Amino acid sequence: MRFNRLLSALILATAPLATPVYAATTITWWHAMEGVLGDKVNEIADAFNASQDQYVVKPVYKGSYSDNLTATIAAFRANKAPAITQVFEVGTATMMSAKGAIYPVHELMQDTDTPFDPNAFLPAVKSYYTSADGHMLSMPFNSSTPVLYYNKDAFKKAGIDAPPKTWSELGDDARTLVERGASECGLTTAWPSWTQLENFSAINDLPFATKANGFNGTDTRLVFNQQPETVAHIQQLADWQKTHAFEYGGRGDDGTKRFQSGRCAMLTTSSASQAGIKDASAGNFEFAIAPMPFDQDAISQPKNSIIGGASLWVMKGQRDEVYKGVARFLNFVASPEVQADWASFTGYVPITTAAFERLKQQGFYDKTPGADVAINQLTRGTPNDNGRGLRLGNMPQIRNIIADALENAFNGRDSVPEALDNAAKRGNAQLTQFQQSVGQ
Amino acid sequence: MTVFERHRLTPWLLLAPQLVIVVLFFFWPAFASLRQAFYVQDAFGLGERFVGLANFERVLATAEYWRAAGVTLIFSIAVAAGAMGLALLFAVLADRVLRGSKLYRVLLTWPYAVAPAVAGLLWLFMFDPVLGVLSHGLALIGVHWNVHLDPTQALLLVVIASVWQQMSYNFVFFLAGLQMIPASLLEAAAIDGAGPFKRFATITLPLLSPTAFFLLVMNTVYVLFETFATIDNTTLSGPGGATRTLVYKLYEDGFVARDLGSSSAQSVLLMALVGLLTVVQFRYIERQVQY
Repeated sequence: MRFNRLLSALILATAPLATPVYAATTITWWHAMEGVLGDKVNEIADAFNASQDQYVVKPVYKGSYSDNLTATIAAFRANKAPAITQVFEVGTATMMSAKGAIYPVHELMQDTDTPFDPNAFLPAVKSYYTSADGHMLSMPFNSSTPVLYYNKDAFKKAGIDAPPKTWSELGDDARTLVERGASECGLTTAWPSWTQLENFSAINDLPFATKANGFNGTDTRLVFNQQPETVAHIQQLADWQKTHAFEYGGRGDDGTKRFQSGRCAMLTTSSASQAGIKDASAGNFEFAIAPMPFDQDAISQPKNSIIGGASLWVMKGQRDEVYKGVARFLNFVASPEVQADWASFTGYVPITTAAFERLKQQGFYDKTPGADVAINQLTRGTPNDNGRGLRLGNMPQIRNIIADALENAFNGRDSVPEALDNAAKRGNAQLTQFQQSVGQ
Repeated sequence: MTVFERHRLTPWLLLAPQLVIVVLFFFWPAFASLRQAFYVQDAFGLGERFVGLANFERVLATAEYWRAAGVTLIFSIAVAAGAMGLALLFAVLADRVLRGSKLYRVLLTWPYAVAPAVAGLLWLFMFDPVLGVLSHGLALIGVHWNVHLDPTQALLLVVIASVWQQMSYNFVFFLAGLQMIPASLLEAAAIDGAGPFKRFATITLPLLSPTAFFLLVMNTVYVLFETFATIDNTTLSGPGGATRTLVYKLYEDGFVARDLGSSSAQSVLLMALVGLLTVVQFRYIERQVQY
């Protein structure tokens, strides 16, 4: 026993001597991918590390997206920022305005003479991370978009053959499902603000905020409450709530439970939730994926939906040597091989056209029905002012404010117009504060 | 005396580790947040501007702040009353148990060892509107349980989780307090013909009052600060802000909205509130306490 301890102490003590003499440059990558996604992130880093011997990428899981952003900010303030950090799409405005803290990806690529073509990315992905003057500031990594999941067994039981295309068809189907006892509830949703307001606005070509949803300046203000179609949509959800045609399922991805348990027959949530839903519903019921419904009173041909997910930001304060490695690694991450593998494994969309083509060639979309719904919905048409995404400061908090409003509308505390007006007012105070804090 | 004078430095040396910790982890952050309350700053700290009392004005002018203050008031009273009342009841009962008293005491103390975040998750697991065991039970007796939309039920859930947790702490102190009461006093009263309730009201309760007073202060602090994790793991301040307490709002503004000025101003206000409450408790309630 004692001998063993002595031996292990010796091994520990001599361990540093065993490392190679030439030191590879370490690149720290903070991320928020947990569980199997985290394993996949490590796999990507390992593959990169094995492909060359100059750089070692070290991925570090820092908790939720919000935790990681907090950690990154705190580290930056202490001059200890990681080289690369993963920031969710709603943190984009915060990162973009932190000009002294970030190293824009297009500059990095130029400074390190790394080939980089922004047009290789899907337009809806590229636009989200591109500044007003047309430069890509961060590297897209994991992008998803909301889709409609429906319980095929329940639909069969209710005698409905096809998933709804419009919200009014969805309303009819939801009522039929409940009335015929095929399910206790028709529709539920995860990420309520993202699916029912942000994407509803984009798909139906309605503004969510002024200044092209914040893309043209930080003096943007929320206007979703002034769009009659948006207000009417939330009103119909509130009406359906009374008959269980719709059931509000809580914030974040809480609503998913109502679908997974078989209680609700339809769910709007991220395309990236597919793997999780498949696991949870296995042996219980069959489900399929359809595009998000659109509002036929607002538009005849639905526009593209907008993305969720995250991108990789490069932080200032590293040595030049590190940045060379960062540029090489980012190129590796965006390569068709890595992206195709990542997308087929996770349900995120392939972020480049090349990766999409590669998956098509591999027959992925033939083997996996429904997997192309998200990317087709994301790539239909060219994104216009209402469909490039949202660039709003304090957006995570605005989502909380919208969740407050939806809850107050669905439980009858406020009328729908009252609730949305109040959310816009509170949200605009956030935008004013953000505008002042970044001094613009 | 001379011995001490030669060792003037020694007491300071002995105190130093504790002083360093207090300065580093209490005074410094407190000072930093006091300073921050007068500035507007971006998230990354790249620039800041002195704004005087503007952050305070902004906080006090929002309806949500006052709503959170109201929620905090109701929440505090419910949790303090619930946790202290139940703890006293259990302490009296556990004090009378002759057989297996240690087991009861351990079991009643246990919840305190559970982290608030875990406590929140445990209760959510039982009361989840879709998956919760108790939600199904309630549905059978005709109660539609949905903490995602019902403000009263949501508040009830966080009150129950907090009471369950804080009760153990109170229980330990009440039990210790009960065991300090001399048996001879109670016996004398019994001989004089006082029944159990009379004995409890005229002897036990007054003699427990220092403990109860101490616990009142501690419970107030617990409710104001430590229930954050419970709320964050169950209702996330919803539905519609029905469970948004002052400390939760402070967190949202600081760590979600990254509005450091506003959240610092709120922390200063909260600190002042706790100070004020403690002073009030010491000035007015302590007078009723018999040591």
